[in-house]
Amino acid sequence: MRGMRDPIFMAAGICLVLLMVLPLGTMLLDLLQLGLPHLGLDFLLEAPRDAGRAGGVAPLLVSTGWILLVCMAAAVPVGLGCAVFLSEWLSPGSAASRWIGLSLDILSGVPSIVFGLFGYQVFAITLGMGFSILSGGLALACMVLPLLVRTSQQALAAVDVRYRDAGRALALTKTGMLGRVVLPSAAPGLAAAVVLATGRALGETAVLLFTAGYVMRMPDAVTDSGRALSVHIYDLAANVTGGLERASATALLLLALILLTTLGLHYSARVWQKRMLALGG
Amino acid sequence: MTDRVVRLLSGLMAICAAAVLLLIMAEMARAAWPALTRVPVSEWLLSAHWSPSGGDFGLASMLAASLLTSAGALLIAGPAGVVLGAWMHLAAPGWLRGGLRTLQGLMAGIPSVVYGLWGLITLVPLVNTVAPPGAVMLTAILVLALMILPLSVLVTDAALSQIPDQALQSARALALSRWGSFRSVLWPRARAAIVSGIVLQFGRALGETMAVLMVAGNVIRWPDSLTAPVRTITANIALEMGYASGLHLEVLYLSGLLLLVAVALMMGLIQRGAGNL
Repeated sequence: MRGMRDPIFMAAGICLVLLMVLPLGTMLLDLLQLGLPHLGLDFLLEAPRDAGRAGGVAPLLVSTGWILLVCMAAAVPVGLGCAVFLSEWLSPGSAASRWIGLSLDILSGVPSIVFGLFGYQVFAITLGMGFSILSGGLALACMVLPLLVRTSQQALAAVDVRYRDAGRALALTKTGMLGRVVLPSAAPGLAAAVVLATGRALGETAVLLFTAGYVMRMPDAVTDSGRALSVHIYDLAANVTGGLERASATALLLLALILLTTLGLHYSARVWQKRMLALGG
Repeated sequence: MTDRVVRLLSGLMAICAAAVLLLIMAEMARAAWPALTRVPVSEWLLSAHWSPSGGDFGLASMLAASLLTSAGALLIAGPAGVVLGAWMHLAAPGWLRGGLRTLQGLMAGIPSVVYGLWGLITLVPLVNTVAPPGAVMLTAILVLALMILPLSVLVTDAALSQIPDQALQSARALALSRWGSFRSVLWPRARAAIVSGIVLQFGRALGETMAVLMVAGNVIRWPDSLTAPVRTITANIALEMGYASGLHLEVLYLSGLLLLVAVALMMGLIQRGAGNL
């Protein structure tokens, strides 16, 4: 009986792997088949025409970039500050640390559409920013905040204890320790946290529907409405007949951007690790 | 002196970060308040009649659709994820294990709108041959299941990695089979972490908007059949926010508030289970 289970277990595992890989394979093939013929340099440099059925995505790339920039400009100082406070000043078991942690954990589970509702209510209406890159970026910043704090905390916790000990032996103040020991040696991890959050923000759609809006024009300022690539995919697929091809092309572009950030992350982490090892050796 | 300034500044940032959740809760409650006072609970919670122009605001059928699609996706991806995670941990060849981890990480990074697009291009025509019009509850369940599968595998894998090697070695010494050692040695130890990780995935499925919006058909009706179109709470918000105003808008905020409360309760329960509260 016992001996019988393992072949079944092996077979089940292999079946499940296939069941997971198969849809992914069809996804890639279908997107390539529909989108690749349209994915040239023109696609990156032209403005969309005919509701997106023709032309490219140039203004949307610019809008996406601005939205990310606003998002990170708001989220990084708050996220990094919070992570530093949690790991350098609060003891892990303290009540304050637990409550801040709980609120971040809940925040990380809040559905993106709720961030969209909140962003519309607060940034677009109450603060009078309207449908704008600013509203969208700020709503997005609220969404990526918990991810940013948690990954930054991990980076700070990974700092070699011996470095901290050496800092203490030199009687560095907390600030000196932070500036000369902790932040420099945690820098690659902190950069990774920012890149990870950027990747998450890049693919987000529901937050932006009612904050950054749908306007396809090239944005002149952050107070203009600007359509992100992800919103473009949704709109083309759902609301524009004959839009599936350009939607697939945009999806390929978005996936490529996300893959690039992920690869850049791994590569820079490895380079940094080598350098640190060389220093340590 | 500088220590105090840095402490104050970073503390301020921490308060800001923690305040975001409170602000979201307060603003959602404030925006939904008129709906709570003017539409009786018995109507929005229990009635399935949704006709904003006629003043009918029954959310029940959409709430049921949200719960059932998420439960369906979890029913597929939960057990499959646990078995696959256990298999990866115990029985998969080493080269495949690393590859699968990378693949699952990448899958977790695919935006939901791309999953939705794939559903629209590939899955809807496929389901259409069995259950026209193709954009039905089953399609939404399958897309959601694919989205949460890599995450439940990662959760299982991480929980199993937390268990000291000793436990597995003892199981081997007892000549337990691989499945046997998972079932009787690893599972009892990792169960709490795995189950809470999977509850999190339920919250994720419940809040998922784009993928479901693109493949579920979006017809408001009781989710009484896998092969009929449904509209979830999240899809309803995305579809109607664009033109809603007045009480209609406030009821949409109420439905968002319900999602928020559900997620907060789930997370609180998990934290309590883990002994952090």
